[in-house]
Amino acid sequence: MTNFPSKRKSSGIKQWDHVYTSSVQNAPSHHWLKIFGAGALKGMVVTLKNFVTSYFRKPDQGGIFTVQYPEERYPEIENYRNLPFLVYDGSPDKVRCVACGICERECPPKCIYITMETDVAGKPVRKPAVFDIDYAVCMNCGICEEVCPFDSIFMDHVFEIASPRRIDTGMIRHQEDLLKSSEYLQKIRPKTATMIDEKKRAAEEKKKAVVKPPQGPTV
Amino acid sequence: MNMPPLLRDIEFAVDLSFVNAKGWILDLLSHIVPDWVVVFASIVISGVAILVLGPVIMMYLTLLERKLIGRIQNRYGPNRVGIWGLLQPIADGIKMFTKEDIVPVYADKVIHCLAPIVIVIPALMVFLVVPFGERMTAVNLNIGLLYFIAVSSITTIPIFMGSWGSRNKYSLLGGMRTAAQMISYEVPMTLSVVPVIMMSQSLSTNKIVLSQSGSYDMNWFIFTPWGIVGFIIFFLCAVAECNRPPFDLPEAESEIIAGFHTEYSGMKFALFYMAEYMNAFTLCGIAATLFLGGWQGPFLPSWIWFLGKTFVLICVMIWFRGTFPRFRVDQLMGFAWKFLLPLTLINILVAGLCHFISEKTGWIYSFIIFSISFWVLVRLNRPWMPEKRHYPLAN
Repeated sequence: MTNFPSKRKSSGIKQWDHVYTSSVQNAPSHHWLKIFGAGALKGMVVTLKNFVTSYFRKPDQGGIFTVQYPEERYPEIENYRNLPFLVYDGSPDKVRCVACGICERECPPKCIYITMETDVAGKPVRKPAVFDIDYAVCMNCGICEEVCPFDSIFMDHVFEIASPRRIDTGMIRHQEDLLKSSEYLQKIRPKTATMIDEKKRAAEEKKKAVVKPPQGPTV
Repeated sequence: MNMPPLLRDIEFAVDLSFVNAKGWILDLLSHIVPDWVVVFASIVISGVAILVLGPVIMMYLTLLERKLIGRIQNRYGPNRVGIWGLLQPIADGIKMFTKEDIVPVYADKVIHCLAPIVIVIPALMVFLVVPFGERMTAVNLNIGLLYFIAVSSITTIPIFMGSWGSRNKYSLLGGMRTAAQMISYEVPMTLSVVPVIMMSQSLSTNKIVLSQSGSYDMNWFIFTPWGIVGFIIFFLCAVAECNRPPFDLPEAESEIIAGFHTEYSGMKFALFYMAEYMNAFTLCGIAATLFLGGWQGPFLPSWIWFLGKTFVLICVMIWFRGTFPRFRVDQLMGFAWKFLLPLTLINILVAGLCHFISEKTGWIYSFIIFSISFWVLVRLNRPWMPEKRHYPLAN
């Protein structure tokens, strides 16, 4: 019987008001809202309004803001990075990668596998013979991109790469799958690509300025 | 109604199209087979119609609910399977059929298996007395309303069977809540129907509908002072009876993990759902029958009027679900016993009063009576807040 007040005085009601209205005292209080059940009706009006406006309002005006994925997409964000790929200049045989293996060593989950190519005499050539990345293992950290001194490995924007197989060959990408042109890089990440091109041009100019360049790896 | 005769004929033909179709089939049969087969066929046709109608209604109610709730929450509902998601219920059905049927190790296997089967039976039995249109009641019982109240309250037992058979503490809590809630709300629901029985002087759903005809077939009970109050009470109790939000305590996901159907999966779970939605439909149909004139209405065929009114009430139920948070257990019981029950008793008195005085004075008197009783009941139900304790030694 606790719901029936034992002493019905104004003090009890005041107490009630104090407890429940103190937090909303700044809100305008209409007297008619104090009728029992009016709050419920007010809530129903809110949902009804939401229901009706969902049919003709624009997303930014409080309408439906769902992006219906396969048909509609968000515009790509430049800094979005997902899985690594290799860059070539001009034609696929001019790979930027020199198979130095730094990314292979730095990769935290060890998803990269590289072997260096050898020429007929058995002398190693600065080019990868095998360059495999297991996309199932890759954790999308981007460390390979950061450590690469030859600006040849970059994080891609692809994400629709589902495969029915996880192990075997399902998610492993070989060199021919990984190779993408420098124009593609320019398209998906113009800022990074421009920065790298400028760096390369500056290095070349520096090299021209020096009459006899020292032997060593050039960028 | 003043209608041109041709239009009237067409309306009559459309109105009775289902009845006539059944008549033609039986006519055709009577030439080939003996009489007793025709009688049997008549039962079978009505039975098959109901058995098909129930699940189909349930399937499309789930779609409707998901669509409307989605719009209320500013998103599209299901819209991938078929145009406007119209095939979604079929996809859901296939999914339900192919799911694994899990039975807990320590469950009471027989009761656990039986509960979802038993729960569908009263939900389908109630369809028998729902008047879908003129001459479209499957069984014209003269105690139709009593039958409806009796059968629909059986639903408590299979729900409790399921919760007990699962041997799960959450299920059992849900079952206890169901029993408490459904039995409590039976009382104001039955009492809110009493004025309708008084006025139409019949328990037959058909006669109740017929007594609401009049000018333009619009002499519905909701246009009387006792009718509107009775309708609101009946509808609130109906929402509580079929365990829909805001009265969905038996299956509160956030408190007791779906309550009585925690341990059910696959088609057994779907049967619980089916019973719930069919109950929602029949309760809305009966509410329309009792207070909104059933299939009575001007111009349109009777079954369209009935389905339209039921559809509107179902939409209001879905609207409730999109709006209100769940009641607390004490609020739920207090609402039934301390608010709705006295109001229904007052409503019965007002109905008697309105019967003996003219319509206009009836409205004035009943408005005064309802305002005063509403105010008094709200005052009596005001929650008591204990005074805040002071601790003088705290500082």
